[in-house]
Amino acid sequence: MKLADIVRKLDASVLAGSDRLGLEITRCGASDLMSDILASLADGSLLLTGLATLQTVRTASIAGVGAIVLVRGKTPPADVRELAATQGLPLISTPLSMFVACGRLHACGLTGLNGNR
Amino acid sequence: MPGLTKTFFIKARDFGHAGEASIRVQQILKSMHLDPALTRRIAVCSYEGEMNVVMHGADGQLVMTMGPDSLELDIRDGGPGIPDIELAMRPGWSTASDDQREMGFGAGMGLPNMKKNADGITIECPPGRGTRVRMRFHLKPEGGGP
Repeated sequence: MKLADIVRKLDASVLAGSDRLGLEITRCGASDLMSDILASLADGSLLLTGLATLQTVRTASIAGVGAIVLVRGKTPPADVRELAATQGLPLISTPLSMFVACGRLHACGLTGLNGNR
Repeated sequence: MPGLTKTFFIKARDFGHAGEASIRVQQILKSMHLDPALTRRIAVCSYEGEMNVVMHGADGQLVMTMGPDSLELDIRDGGPGIPDIELAMRPGWSTASDDQREMGFGAGMGLPNMKKNADGITIECPPGRGTRVRMRFHLKPEGGGP
């Protein structure tokens, strides 16, 4: 599923990386625990999180995450958006809750990080 | 491949810059076109180690040394050290503060994750002399790895 379609499905707005919406996403992980993200094989995946900090972006970069979705309408400080842009990491924000955002993406056929549904 | 040594300083409690050294390590390895899976393992270990210094240690440094066959990350700080290494290696055990947990850290997975991703890990913390974590990675496929 293209990131552009995910943005529409989640009624989301793009905060950084609008030039990378053609990115193809198949796997998703949802966590507020940075350690979980670092411990899983997240390469090219979508990370859904309620944490909108600099560490979210750095952790995602290190883990190889493809794009970040901030849930519950989180609007991060400008430095977080700038870091995501510098890292070439698309950052989008959805007003939906974590549960509903995950539900919509699951219904579209996206899988968990290990490929399970 | 010629030898390469890079040193980065790590400031304790500075969450605004925490992780920048590891992002640099990752950029250097990517620019050398190292195997992506290996690059990821090294970057994760570097970042976990760097965050440990930021959260639990005192100012320290990260030294990356690359030889023809292996790469070493040597992370040192002048903090209080680890009173019980066996306990710290146990998944889920953490001394992180509430603030640090709110930032998504402190799940007690740092050292176990470093052990899982490195080809070798040595932790030294002589009383009152800080902590030194050294991790080694084989750069050649025949060297093995997880």
